[in-house]
Amino acid sequence: MDQSPVDAAAAQASLKRFLSGLPGVDQVGVEARAAALATRSIKTTAKAEALDLAVRMVDLTTLEGQDTPGKVRALCAKAQRPDPSDPSCPHVAAVCVYGDMAAVADEALVGSNVEVAAVATAFPSGRAALEVKLADVRAAVSAGATEIDMVIDRGAFLTGRFLEVHDEIVATKHACGGAHLKVILETGELATYDNVRRASWLAMLAGADFIKTSTGKVSPASTLPVALVMLEAARDFHATTGRPVGVKVAGGIRTAKDAIRYLVLVKETLGDAWLTPALFRFGASTLLNDLLMQRQRLATGRYAGPDYFTLD
Amino acid sequence: MFEYAPAPENPAVVDIKPAYGLFIDGRFVDSQGGTPFKTVNPATEEVLSSVLAASSADVDRAVAAARRAYDTVWSRMPGQERAKYLYRLARLVQERARELAVLETIDNGKPIRESRDVDIPLVAAHFFYYAGWADKLAHAGFGSSPRPLGIAGQVIPWNFPLLMLAWKIAPALACGNTVVLKPAETTPLTALAFADLCQQAELPPGVVNILTGAGPTGSVLVRHPGIDKVAFTGSTEVGRAIAREVAGTRKKLTLELGGKAANVVFDDAPLDQAVEGIVNGIFFNQGHVCCAGSRLLVQESVVEDVLERLKRRLSTLRLGDPMDKNTDIGAINSAEQLARIKALTEVGEQEGASRWTASCPLPARGYWFPPTLFTGVSQAHRIAREEIFGPVLSVLTFRTPAEAVEKANNTPYGLSAGVWTEKGSRILWMADRLRAGVVWANTFNRFDPSSPFGGYKESGFGREGGRHGLEAYLDV
Repeated sequence: MDQSPVDAAAAQASLKRFLSGLPGVDQVGVEARAAALATRSIKTTAKAEALDLAVRMVDLTTLEGQDTPGKVRALCAKAQRPDPSDPSCPHVAAVCVYGDMAAVADEALVGSNVEVAAVATAFPSGRAALEVKLADVRAAVSAGATEIDMVIDRGAFLTGRFLEVHDEIVATKHACGGAHLKVILETGELATYDNVRRASWLAMLAGADFIKTSTGKVSPASTLPVALVMLEAARDFHATTGRPVGVKVAGGIRTAKDAIRYLVLVKETLGDAWLTPALFRFGASTLLNDLLMQRQRLATGRYAGPDYFTLD
Repeated sequence: MFEYAPAPENPAVVDIKPAYGLFIDGRFVDSQGGTPFKTVNPATEEVLSSVLAASSADVDRAVAAARRAYDTVWSRMPGQERAKYLYRLARLVQERARELAVLETIDNGKPIRESRDVDIPLVAAHFFYYAGWADKLAHAGFGSSPRPLGIAGQVIPWNFPLLMLAWKIAPALACGNTVVLKPAETTPLTALAFADLCQQAELPPGVVNILTGAGPTGSVLVRHPGIDKVAFTGSTEVGRAIAREVAGTRKKLTLELGGKAANVVFDDAPLDQAVEGIVNGIFFNQGHVCCAGSRLLVQESVVEDVLERLKRRLSTLRLGDPMDKNTDIGAINSAEQLARIKALTEVGEQEGASRWTASCPLPARGYWFPPTLFTGVSQAHRIAREEIFGPVLSVLTFRTPAEAVEKANNTPYGLSAGVWTEKGSRILWMADRLRAGVVWANTFNRFDPSSPFGGYKESGFGREGGRHGLEAYLDV
């Protein structure tokens, strides 16, 4: 951090050179590839496996101004036993809340294997002073968050101040201590696939444990082609450095069909090693119920009505 | 983990008859002296049906029917009326798309994903496109009232059976010609299904005639004195023979022949999409594509990176049952073609190129060849010069754009080429210099009915598709 201005300029220049030197992304090509993979037909045993896997990868999320301790506790109960009628149903990966609810979630999840994820760093816009953002992170971690979902400074990224974005992620990672860091790129604001690839690399170079598409507060949120570009970046980063980085897709993923399409992307881009909650997550609120409904349909051959699944 | 379960398309959506007649003058009829032969499913070697090898008497009958329909109905019909029939055919193709896709896959061996998502939609698109031209020929740039040629004798290959039929029949009919078409001997079934579609559309008898058969039937057809126009898609060798037959007659001729296309990847290419384009260029339809990107030219500075990405990608290709919706690579169309691919790849090894094959188990029955690439290939190797027409890629390298052009053009063929770079000016520079009928930029094997397609040099002459495609069927 204690760099001379000359060193900082040199570091900024070399980072910029590196990111600009990454192979470009052809929009038509990447969209065609994502569309082709979306035609994979996942049936019977593969579907059953995919649905369970998807449940285990869900970060069950509530990020509303109207969140209350009661709401968060209800979500935590659901996270541990998503389908009370079926003990074979796995629990989700994490509950994702605002930092001030981390303590509530932590208490409600004691004794379970469900992680507490908190959004921080002036989520969702990221428009605050660095010290404020870091204090946000430290507060969430000390309240019990084991995973931190941060947002990058898109303004700095879009004006080319890559080193600033990089250093902010490094500082946040430091503030996380032992907590896992997910870096939200907010791809809907980055606009181009080239930017998505550069931001992915930037976050991974800065020490991200996960790169995440969106806050869910900006449209478009996660799309298949965006996820594909990020998965390819994670694949290339792993090939270069040997460090596996996870990918989280969030925003607008509401159906089991959507979720399975993402799993197909993961399988055919990064391979089976990434088909684990440790390396792939869905950030979602309504997705879980559709997964449960499809799960039950596969087991019983019938669709139960929506009233048979809990609304939390 | 999460292995895809079988997801087979239902073969019961097609009704394959044990035997078929010839489609002459709007009816299915018996052959006069022609012998029956079998068509098989290349993925299982099961016999699908028995079809007839049309005799020269059958060709006489078909040409006479086409002449009658031309003189009395089709050439006199206003363009807007012809258009109605073509639109009707296009809609019928769409309505029966699933059946046609399944039939194509069963008879040809290509994956259902491709026949469903590529072949059949393009067939419908082609008929729609040329239906639109039928009443606008005066505005096509070929004079104020261009006349049709008469009877078109058309011979098509087995790699895209119904699509090649559409490429031939749609413009011919739009321009007011009538046709006698011979599908390839290994893939006659969708052409016969198309005959059924013509009946359903109540197309006037004799406008479309379908004669099944092998080389001898095709030879009789193109030599027939009642034919005004010959259109052929297939090998350069047969194309040459046809050109000799037709020489000295008044017949008009278009040929769409072989290719050995270069797919040129520069170091500033979008690499992941380039890899997809390479895969789509040579492993689409098991490489049974005349415009396949069978020669990969990679700039030396990125060759290792590209090869690593390519090999990783190839190992995810799913080879197997063409009827499975998740299959990427289907069966080789015939034992004969499989033997040719094997022979040429053995030559490749003998000549010193190194072979890499994706590890995928091959089914016990049927004709199969795994995706294969050769590195260390030079321009002098036979696998860099001859059309293999299979899932085999030859990888060569270059250092400068000029060298890329030189190598890409250094082939007797000239059907297509691909250029991969993020630099727009370089795309234009390359397209200017590549001697190929189609140059794709940052994509490959992309087809559209409004875009003309055809070859330079030994890849043939004449254009199919687009406004240019009308010229081949008009007296201009």
